[in-house]
Amino acid sequence: MSIKDIIAPFAVWKRAFEKPWTIKKPIDDRPGADRYRGFHKNDGDTCIGCGTCETICQNAAIDMVPVDGVQGDGGDSGLRPQIDYGRCCWCALCVDICTTGSLTMSNRYVWTDNDPDVYRFIPGYDSKEWDNAETGYSRPEGYSLLKEERVEMPALSVEEGLKSFVEMIKGYSAEQAVKEADRCVECGICVAECPAHMDIPGYIRAVREGNIDEGMRLLYETNPFPASCGRICTHRCEEVCSIGHNGDSVAIRWLKRYIADQVELEDYGKALPRPEENTGKKIAVIGAGPGGLTAAYYLRMLGHDVAVLEARKAGGGMLRYGIPEYRLPYDQLDKDIEYIRGLGVEIRYSINVDAESFKNLEKDYDALFFSTGLSDPYKLGIDGEDNPRVFGGLAVLDEVTAGKDPKLGKTVGVIGGGNVAMDAARTARRYGAEVTVLYRRRVVDMPADIEEIEEAAEEGITIIPQAIPLRVEDAADGKVGFVWNMAEMVDDPDGGRPRPQPIKGEIHTFVCDSLISAVGQGTNLPYLPEESESGVAVKRYKPVVDERGQTGNPGIFAGGDIVNSRKDAVSAIGDGHAAALSIDRFLMKKEA
Amino acid sequence: MTQMPDREKFPVHTGGVENFDLESGRYMKVWQGPQHPGVTGNMALELVTSGDEIVDLKTHVGYLHRGFEKLMERRKWIQNFPLVCRICVPEPDFNEYLYAAATEELAGIEIPERAVWIRTLNLEMARLTSFLMWLGGQAGAFGMGTIGQWTVTMRDFMLDLFEELTGGRIYHMYIVPGGVRGDVPQGWFSHVLTTLKNVEKVLDDIELVLFNNAVFKKRAVGLGVITPDMVDYYGITGPNARASGVARDIRKDRSYLIYDKLDFDIITGISIGVDSDIFGRTRLRAAEMRQSISLIRQMIDKMPEGPVHVSPPNVLHWKIPAGETYLSAECTRGEYGYYIVSDGSDKPRRVYVRGPSYTHAVALFEHMAPGTNIADTAGLMVSLHTYPPEIER
Repeated sequence: MSIKDIIAPFAVWKRAFEKPWTIKKPIDDRPGADRYRGFHKNDGDTCIGCGTCETICQNAAIDMVPVDGVQGDGGDSGLRPQIDYGRCCWCALCVDICTTGSLTMSNRYVWTDNDPDVYRFIPGYDSKEWDNAETGYSRPEGYSLLKEERVEMPALSVEEGLKSFVEMIKGYSAEQAVKEADRCVECGICVAECPAHMDIPGYIRAVREGNIDEGMRLLYETNPFPASCGRICTHRCEEVCSIGHNGDSVAIRWLKRYIADQVELEDYGKALPRPEENTGKKIAVIGAGPGGLTAAYYLRMLGHDVAVLEARKAGGGMLRYGIPEYRLPYDQLDKDIEYIRGLGVEIRYSINVDAESFKNLEKDYDALFFSTGLSDPYKLGIDGEDNPRVFGGLAVLDEVTAGKDPKLGKTVGVIGGGNVAMDAARTARRYGAEVTVLYRRRVVDMPADIEEIEEAAEEGITIIPQAIPLRVEDAADGKVGFVWNMAEMVDDPDGGRPRPQPIKGEIHTFVCDSLISAVGQGTNLPYLPEESESGVAVKRYKPVVDERGQTGNPGIFAGGDIVNSRKDAVSAIGDGHAAALSIDRFLMKKEA
Repeated sequence: MTQMPDREKFPVHTGGVENFDLESGRYMKVWQGPQHPGVTGNMALELVTSGDEIVDLKTHVGYLHRGFEKLMERRKWIQNFPLVCRICVPEPDFNEYLYAAATEELAGIEIPERAVWIRTLNLEMARLTSFLMWLGGQAGAFGMGTIGQWTVTMRDFMLDLFEELTGGRIYHMYIVPGGVRGDVPQGWFSHVLTTLKNVEKVLDDIELVLFNNAVFKKRAVGLGVITPDMVDYYGITGPNARASGVARDIRKDRSYLIYDKLDFDIITGISIGVDSDIFGRTRLRAAEMRQSISLIRQMIDKMPEGPVHVSPPNVLHWKIPAGETYLSAECTRGEYGYYIVSDGSDKPRRVYVRGPSYTHAVALFEHMAPGTNIADTAGLMVSLHTYPPEIER
């Protein structure tokens, strides 16, 4: 102990004259730091209601709730996160995992109210004073709790692919499939978007957990064409996939294919349920495409006897005659069809139904389902279109399916921008032709799958967009000339998609050996009796059906491309399934 | 001068039953806590006093039990990092680091170098921040509340830095499996250096008025002595052990993070020439605060560039291979450890948290308190630097 020990402590007094550190709240505002994890903000326009925030919240503070003015369609669940600040711990895991990046936090942290209920609110919808406050915490650059990159799909090189019709896509290995399946957040946005409403999160989980049988069972609950759909489905599901908002969407289609590829046809029975006991009811299905066979499958599973009548020599419809083998090998399509046939569905090939036999079928069977697809190609509607060097897109694909060389020559022009146009172009390319696709609108407007367009470009196919057809004329050396007018896109005053408008003087001629016209096709229903006889109304070339596929005649149902507007395999499958359930309700007098 | 209770003077426990005859008028039972400013956190001390002298002390915990370890078994791996920080409020970062590092070790994840550096920086800042709060508590326990006001002010400036770096003041939730959550914001290092200067100035003032203080010396010198032979017997770690001359520091002994790249020595009571009483321990901790400041400066100097995070697999389905690991770190109070067992599923099978407060606040404190003055209980307890939430995870 020294004298210093007595005096030194008095040094504390020097601080009595210093300016206080204390902030005078609320007179002086003290904003949170730039990264402050304050009150939540949600950008309602970006949010898709996937609910991943709800899943990750370890305090169960988030509930997904419906919100006025938010529609649940087009990749939006219609729900929005509601946060309970009685449970929230502001860890911001929800912000980190948000698939779209809509959820952020403000830098505000003071909120007092005498009503305890207000602390449960819907950010972005229940107006709060921090809605326009500075953003505090948001997911840092490069920080991700989800895998945003898709596992690359092994495929043949472009050069290899062009040599033959061997399937281009090789399919995932087990390791790759599990890794890809791991990216799914199981939000289920895809399920609503899938025309067949497949349990996508369910079968992806089955892949992740290596439970292939469970995967098969889930696939067949809604889709009896997994091997085919796993290859050529238009995969609308992937367009809305929540992971796709900040990265690559999950390869849903390839995972479906992976499951189907793992099981040999003879083992399908081990994983899948057997048909129910026979009901004694008989149903006729006209058309053995995906719609007709799907209806047949589900009707058979419900215990009904089903006869499928097909005009062609083999089943599958457009899957066989419209899609080239390099996208969907016939053995894979046969696998799907064989399993349906093996359950006791009778498929009669080479049977043409006319109005007379249609009426007989109606009499002989308890119910009738027809799904005959679109077989009538649209005309270009220009002069010279009947030139012998102009071929139909479907006709070309048909010939190739039959094993014939379409003899298109060295240069080929394809008119159209749909999947048939792309398939025809790529098929022609495989026969060694230089191919050019001419389409009246922009590339982004093409109805074909983006992958098909990209792959076509990779294969060296030239795409000339904004080319309005004017006429077809003979050219020198037995060639054919396609005269077209360059277009500019003008906005539709009614708010529709931009329209092509010819640019004066910009007229060109494209000379080639063959022209393939693929501008779409329409229904062809010569077998359908008049409405007064059959009770089936036809409006704008389409049979009129309700949402369950039932026509004006309660015993007659229709589905597939002739009915729906999507005109793809999976929509036909959805229609077939819905119609099958509808037929069952009708026959068994079940309540809806 | 060791103040050990003269056990023979008092009746002792036999068979776990106390033999104080409270009817005799010689003894009085006093409860200090669970709500008491002299007890760090919520913990109760059951004192038997004779006059103003403590004859017996029993500690009661459980007031803060929230079942962290059990809760973690029901949450996915990623969902636990916001939880672990709550195990020790004044220095959550050690929990965050150990949980993240153990998870990474089990999952076989290598994190980027810059993330390792930022983690170390984060931990040293947490040490300094925690010591600031403790120093105020230690002085306050002996009636010198002014120092508490100074240190808590400085702690708040440290928390400002944490807020800027992590987005949170108390629970940082910044060190996550895979690295750290975000890179250092623009200009943050210079903010750190400015604050460190201010902290140093306050430390100078504190050392002047606290270590040259007749009252503090009178009360703290010779009180609560820990002898080297007690260290292993009671499982004492950290400054409590080092003040007695035992040179143990996990940062040196089992170097983790980047401590082997930093220039520092273990500070012991012998190296700075103090006794292992409360006064000595206070001086030792003040020296360790300066050491932390030096380490932070070294790290800011040498901080490498690069990414700060590697992405784990999709965290919703993240399964970690079966295995077990124990990782430890030198926190302000001693050895902080996480033992984690994975059964290969998406949730930990078992998480065991080893906090130094358990040995210090229960066994050691119960041993040291008898024989001391009742007015010194708070000071004695604070000098052991204990945080009850980590006793009862």
